[in-house]
Amino acid sequence: MAKYLLLKHYRGAPAAVNDVPMDRWTPEEVSAHIQYMQDFATRLEGTGEFVDGQALSPEGTFVRYDGEGRPPVTDGPFAETKDLIAGWMVIDVESYERALQLAGELSAAPGAGGKPIHEWLEVRPFLAAPPTITE
Amino acid sequence: MDRGVDEALLRALIPTVIGILRRRGAGFAAAEDAVQDALVEAVRVWPDDPPRDPRAWLVAVAWRRFLDAARADTSRRRREVLVDDEPAPGPGEAVDDTLQLYFLCAHPSLSPASAVALTLRAVGGLTTRQIARAYLVPEATMAQRISRAKRTVSGVRFNQPGDVATVLRVLYLVFNEGYSGDVDLAGEAIRLTRQLAARTEHEEVAGLLALMLLHHARRPARTRPDGSLVPLAEQDRSLWDTRMIAEGVDVLQTALARDRLGEFQAQAAVAALHADARTAEETDWVQIVEWYDELVRLTGSPVARLNRAVAVGEADGPRAGLAALAGLDPTLPRHAAVAAYLHERDGDPVTAARLYAEAALLAPNLPERDHLTRQAARLNEELRG
Repeated sequence: MAKYLLLKHYRGAPAAVNDVPMDRWTPEEVSAHIQYMQDFATRLEGTGEFVDGQALSPEGTFVRYDGEGRPPVTDGPFAETKDLIAGWMVIDVESYERALQLAGELSAAPGAGGKPIHEWLEVRPFLAAPPTITE
Repeated sequence: MDRGVDEALLRALIPTVIGILRRRGAGFAAAEDAVQDALVEAVRVWPDDPPRDPRAWLVAVAWRRFLDAARADTSRRRREVLVDDEPAPGPGEAVDDTLQLYFLCAHPSLSPASAVALTLRAVGGLTTRQIARAYLVPEATMAQRISRAKRTVSGVRFNQPGDVATVLRVLYLVFNEGYSGDVDLAGEAIRLTRQLAARTEHEEVAGLLALMLLHHARRPARTRPDGSLVPLAEQDRSLWDTRMIAEGVDVLQTALARDRLGEFQAQAAVAALHADARTAEETDWVQIVEWYDELVRLTGSPVARLNRAVAVGEADGPRAGLAALAGLDPTLPRHAAVAAYLHERDGDPVTAARLYAEAALLAPNLPERDHLTRQAARLNEELRG
């Protein structure tokens, strides 16, 4: 088994096919979308492939060390930041192909007009612990 | 915890047993560990072999565990016993062990998260695993938080009177942080507050208990089966727990009769007025505004002012509500959501839709975000015609 991160972006990914902001959907379409996401996670729990899922607030701050005895420097949020993560799901699956398949299903979540969003999700493999046998 | 064990009985005994071990000379940390071991043992053994005297059984097993641990680590433990040993209280000196334990676990030297964890374990009798699950952190993390907390309070004398207000803040946190996993934290907070109320005459303890009961009574109506939030005005009031409401109102009235108002009593009074209305339209908003005035006077809290603006909007119309909102810091949590609501009632769906969408971006949790997104979507759909 291998773990993959399915990453959803507020910004930074190529535009989705069905690219309409959520507050322009009907309330029923919003509900259908939320239900799809919940059902997807529940189904992966059932198949033993779900690890974790979290949504993030869009407001973030950049922070860095500013030297001994000084408080950290903060900056942002930057409106022009290219990449903004909206949330993630971690899955533990048999193969890379399975990870792609599941990401594809997640990207098919319904949006405006009840049609799939076709949103771009990023699939990133975890760097796991080294195996015991290496030769 | 397993079936076949009266969990409520077992857990209610935990603070008493810790107190007994302490008076026999065990330090708090060691006593708490030993009692936690005895609790786990009780869950294993009691279903097949229930004790005649559960408390005596727990004391005997915990004391044996304490002695075993002390022997296994003699020098360190001996120091601890010597440092922490206190003479048993003399005759006529009424020391309530359980009450002292509340004060110790909410000691001001502890961070709120540590005080919450220690209270749930030592006073509540929950296991580290249960507490970790409830707060969605790894068990090892929670175990460290608890043992650090125990070290922090290890020098605190046990029989010093504490500040009830710090205990109430901890119990409020447990209640208000929601619930997840297999432990109902809201229910547990009510149990611990009820137990505290039985031991002290403090009117704010009663106020907090009433507040919890009145909010908990609405829980079945607060979410739909799919997890989405139902606003107060749209709740099916037949789902409210009328017995719990009656108890909350009763507890509150007794407290208010003492004429020493505090913030929890004022908040409970607002909740009682909501509970008292058979329909949303029957809500006595004028009285609710008066209670928010009291709350603002008592606390000066900006959150109370924000809630007051909502109540003013209902009592005197949306214009008055928006006027009450005007002086408040727009970065306050939920400010945009309140503004959106008032603008919609004021007949300005365009501004309301924009503010709902803005509020959704700022929402502190997913159910609220989803709710606000739906509100924006609803208005935009109406605007499209």
